[in-house]
Amino acid sequence: MGWPHPIHPRETPVLSTHFGEVEARTHAGWVARGGYEGLRQALTMSPEAITEVVKASGLRGRGGAGFPTGMKWSFMPKEDGQPHYLCCNADESEPGTFKDREILRWTPHALIEGCAIACLGIRAEVCYIFIRGEYTEPGRILEAALAEAYAAGTLGADAMGSGKRLDVFVHWGAGAYICGEETALMNAIEGKRGNPRVKPPFPAVAGLFGKPTTINNVETLAAVPQIITRGAAWYAGLSLSSPKSTGTKLISVCGHVRRPGTYEITMGLPMQDLIFDLAGGMHEGRTLKAVIPGGSSVPILTAAEVATCITDYEGIAAAGSLLGSGGMIVMDDTTDMVFQIMRLARFYAHESCAQCTNCREGTAWSTRVLERILRGEGQPSDLDLLLDLAENMTGRTICVLSDSCATPIVSGITKFRSEFDAYLSGARAPALQEA
Amino acid sequence: MSADATVQEPVFTPARRAQLDRLATRYPNRQALLLPALWIAQRAHGWVTPAAIEEIAAELGVTTAHVQGVVSFYTMYHTHPVGRHFIQVCTTSPCHMCGSTEVVKALLEHTGCIDLGAQSPDGRFTVIEVECLGACGFVTPMLIDDDFIESVTPAGVPDLLARYP
Repeated sequence: MGWPHPIHPRETPVLSTHFGEVEARTHAGWVARGGYEGLRQALTMSPEAITEVVKASGLRGRGGAGFPTGMKWSFMPKEDGQPHYLCCNADESEPGTFKDREILRWTPHALIEGCAIACLGIRAEVCYIFIRGEYTEPGRILEAALAEAYAAGTLGADAMGSGKRLDVFVHWGAGAYICGEETALMNAIEGKRGNPRVKPPFPAVAGLFGKPTTINNVETLAAVPQIITRGAAWYAGLSLSSPKSTGTKLISVCGHVRRPGTYEITMGLPMQDLIFDLAGGMHEGRTLKAVIPGGSSVPILTAAEVATCITDYEGIAAAGSLLGSGGMIVMDDTTDMVFQIMRLARFYAHESCAQCTNCREGTAWSTRVLERILRGEGQPSDLDLLLDLAENMTGRTICVLSDSCATPIVSGITKFRSEFDAYLSGARAPALQEA
Repeated sequence: MSADATVQEPVFTPARRAQLDRLATRYPNRQALLLPALWIAQRAHGWVTPAAIEEIAAELGVTTAHVQGVVSFYTMYHTHPVGRHFIQVCTTSPCHMCGSTEVVKALLEHTGCIDLGAQSPDGRFTVIEVECLGACGFVTPMLIDDDFIESVTPAGVPDLLARYP
């Protein structure tokens, strides 16, 4: 297992404080580090009070959409007499993103505690943590931590002696990116194909097993215990920039950098510093070409755009992209943009659930057109064709997988058109052999 | 994973039925046991056999067509036998950019698999490429059976494979 890097002086460790400490994985070790104090406090609070604290902290969903967490919790019905459910999305599969994995394998109790507190906030007794089947190692660590939490009486029919039932269960996925989409995830737990559902109804009305459900990302839930113990004002004050982007964010940096890894930053750190200082910058003799800042589904930024970009929700949006999941793919000047965009399109084509025509056909045809360009068989009209396909893949389907495929294609053609033209004109030798 | 000889054995032996019954207490209905039940079946036989599909359908009170549909949706369930050790190597963009192609080549060469998805002649390995394993900072990551292995280089492949006799 990869050991985490030493904490960089410009990181702000909140979630990552105990990454790398094997003892923090145990229940006793977690309690010794102040763990489960947030749950102890939350057990004395009303659901409204818990939700208000989270609302005031400004915490936003760390899975990609950035929706205010407290507001999401407040959508859950009150006094409706039905079971409520919490789902934790541990289906981390967005290319470039590997931050939840660090929480799962180093501080599983932070997540378990966050799940328990969130259950109290939304009036649920049961949480399912849906973890991707490939996360064998983090999943085993999480299951061991859960077993200890039950043995210690922290979870179960009488959680921490409160008389309240709090159950947290692991549900293993089996290989499907689309199950990271919230309603697909619910279908997977229900024993169905992971097809996203038409919304409305939204999960807070009819979610898992048709009951009111809240779904949150691992990183979001792991932040909750410290928000309870240290207060909303403390969390909201952890920002260098916008009052709309509070707290810290785990950014997983990969690709062509010297020190790939997961870095915890205060919102507002310049992206240039993140890449060149924290992640060590480019390899010898290389220069930065492009960054996909929020997982593969967001627009590509050029080096010039990166140079002035602030790393928070608003800053990256102002630069023309999205913070997304915080999975940052860094590309240097040796990168063949056409090939990498094709590779991403192939990913989405592989992962399409295929229920919507525009996605099933659009992702597949985009991939084929990009492949033929790379084989040197592209036609002059292919770029217009790709842009036309992209338009028909955006905003036309049940979920955003199809939009996600279109996004890097459009930004790639717009910002790196000369690389496409080089294949089309024959100036560049084919990168793919005949099919 | 066990050999083909055990394929005729039912999935739900008393021990494995007890495992399923323990899981059943977590859900409000039996259909929700489908993904867990398929994992139990695959761990038992190395793949999800047609007989296992029938058995699970009966056990959960759903149609075999429903089970078939689910099995075919999730890529980690095998619908045919695979090598004794199943290798899944990530080749999505971040890994591709950092050299996963060479790792795949080394894996094919040293396992003797003639192609991706094919069993090696000795039945020891099957190698496939998979989409993002969520460990992009640890190029090249792979799964060998249930072991998640990070930062594999082409030069490291022979020693790695030697650990899987």
